[in-house]
Amino acid sequence: MRPKTTSRRIRLMAGAVCAGLAAVAALSGCGSGDAGGGKVRLSLGLFGNFGYTELIKEYEAAHPDIEITERTASYSDHHKNLAAHLATGGGAADIEAIDTGYVAQFKATPDKFVDLNTAGGDQLRDRWLDWKWSASLATGGQQIGYGTDVGGLAICYRSDLFAQAGLPTDRDAVSALWPTWQAYFDTGKRFREHAPNGVKFMDGGPTVLNAIIGQAPVGYYDQSDHLVVASNPALRQGWDQVVDAVKANLSAGLLYSTPTWNTGFTQSQFATVTCPAWMMPKIKDQAPDTAGKWDVATVPGGGGNWGGSYLTVPQQGKHTQEAVELAAWLTAPEQQAKIFTSQGLLPSTPSLYDNPEIAGYTDPFFNNAPVGKLFTDAAKELKPQYQGPKAGDVQTEFGNAMQRVEQGKQDGAAAWQQLVDDVAKLQS
Amino acid sequence: MTSAKTLTWAERRHKWSATLSPFGFISPYFLIFGAFGLFPLLYTAVVSLQDRNLLDADGATFIGLGNYEQLLFHDPYFWNAMGNTVSLWLLTTIPQILFALGVAHLLNRRLRGRTLFRMGMILPNITSVAAVTIIFAQLFGRDFGLVNWVLSWFGAGRIDWQAGTASSHTAIAAMVVWRWTGYHALIFLASMQAIPTSMYEAATLDGAKGWQQFWRITVPLLRPQIIFSTVIATTGNMRLLAEPLLFNPGTAAATGGSDRQFQTAALYLYEQGFTKYDFGYSSAIALVLAVVTMLVAGLSYLVTRRIQTD
Repeated sequence: MRPKTTSRRIRLMAGAVCAGLAAVAALSGCGSGDAGGGKVRLSLGLFGNFGYTELIKEYEAAHPDIEITERTASYSDHHKNLAAHLATGGGAADIEAIDTGYVAQFKATPDKFVDLNTAGGDQLRDRWLDWKWSASLATGGQQIGYGTDVGGLAICYRSDLFAQAGLPTDRDAVSALWPTWQAYFDTGKRFREHAPNGVKFMDGGPTVLNAIIGQAPVGYYDQSDHLVVASNPALRQGWDQVVDAVKANLSAGLLYSTPTWNTGFTQSQFATVTCPAWMMPKIKDQAPDTAGKWDVATVPGGGGNWGGSYLTVPQQGKHTQEAVELAAWLTAPEQQAKIFTSQGLLPSTPSLYDNPEIAGYTDPFFNNAPVGKLFTDAAKELKPQYQGPKAGDVQTEFGNAMQRVEQGKQDGAAAWQQLVDDVAKLQS
Repeated sequence: MTSAKTLTWAERRHKWSATLSPFGFISPYFLIFGAFGLFPLLYTAVVSLQDRNLLDADGATFIGLGNYEQLLFHDPYFWNAMGNTVSLWLLTTIPQILFALGVAHLLNRRLRGRTLFRMGMILPNITSVAAVTIIFAQLFGRDFGLVNWVLSWFGAGRIDWQAGTASSHTAIAAMVVWRWTGYHALIFLASMQAIPTSMYEAATLDGAKGWQQFWRITVPLLRPQIIFSTVIATTGNMRLLAEPLLFNPGTAAATGGSDRQFQTAALYLYEQGFTKYDFGYSSAIALVLAVVTMLVAGLSYLVTRRIQTD
């Protein structure tokens, strides 16, 4: 009796200790509880759709001693969680994705990440677009992340809704409609005259504004990390144009990345949306029923970038060496090419841009639009814009300010004034 | 006094053990409280005196009461968040206590399937708050929400629930009230059943009708439970975070709407700490919020204590 209870108690305690340890370091195996039996477990912290599921299977097949798990959160949750995990020194995945809007903020603390330059990255740097490589480079020369995709810019439009409104539907003719943003908004006014009931021209002011800002030679920050929102005429001009478009009733008033915006795709609430390459898998995920109705035209104003990400390896991980190898593999040109043809995410590795398989790629969901040529052309034309430390937060403030106009809470001038004040608070 | 000298070793040990062992028995609570309650509180107090980036603990500098000065005297967004918190506190606590009393009163009667209904009361409370909020956010959708659809039957215009201050507070309060009414109702129900039926019988003989009995007998006798529920609801609502955070997700979730119209104090703390990485400032907010929570909880205790006991 007695020995039995004792041994049971010991087992229970061992189990409790195991559970505690597992909670502290999710990856550590505890005795025979580790199913893999000596396998190295790597976790990927992602947001949105990176299209890695197939690639992970491929990598695991080639590396039987490695087991990879993905966890995906929403854009803002992901970056906030990452900050919290870095601050507390635990809980981060072995590989963490970081978006362009946040990379400057994270590269300010490079010691939280493995310096990829000392882990073989300096040999690989020719893979990436120059500006992509330098955007994640800390001031001390540490490289915190390997580039995944770049945004590029285009306009996705619903050719069926365009037809109903009496506009041209052929993508070249549609591209010819809007050489400039003003022409784009004027097209919107034409659309409005004969639009199907309840359908607006664009999803929301903030989305369009982000595209316009992404084209400016200087964005929110100058090269010395000073916020120039108040003094940058390109931003104010874009702001005024979008406010006019909202006033002209062209906008469905939806804020990107919200559930209501997602519903907007399924319910056909708008006919055009600003399309960085990563927007295409989003549309496919949200509204599979609209396959074939979408098409892709060039963006007004030519070129520009919005978004694109990096894979980083937090220093706190248990298997940083294996994680670095995996990150390098996932961002290698061959894998970026596969992600482009399966998901449409535009590679950040220019060697692919003249690859016939990439440049000749068409997407059936988008009415066989030549997205390969469209986006590689856009990427070649792309003039990189410097992203300052809190670019992601400034973008949020811009979204809020435009929402205040769309919701009728403020006029354009008042919303801009509050925006400038709010952004100034981010400088400190 | 003198007898102490004559105690034997064994007697002394027994005496010590009798004096000390109660402390031993209660010590686990205090050890855990010390580790997970007191230490974080003190640490927060220390951090609140620093200018400190969340990611850069080594770069912290001591700035004394600077964070508090900024917070209390130069930060309109903090006071906006406080105003929203108090507004949501009133909009949630009062209805949830009144509804819970009514529901408990109904469940206290003889009715078919009573146990089923009683079990059902707790269901909203054990549902994940994230799931609840996401579903409610759909219900309160501007274009395709169920609530607006129902309102349209009565000729009401489409309400943009997230956009307005009053409308967003109403929607968030609905989530909180839905989630917590059942919890409080079960507490009230348990003590209602402890009220002797003879009191109601006597009241009936005196000619008191249903509602009179409810207000004159049931409610006064439930006073301790009502005080408990009010204080619990108050402290919970002062920390309201998940509902406003998830009500309008996307990139702007932490600001609580385009004009911070439903940003609560806890959400403001979250924004400062986890989007602006201002760890010192958010710690100062946390301490101020803790003090305000104690004040408001004390206030609601004083108010509910005034329930007449005759």
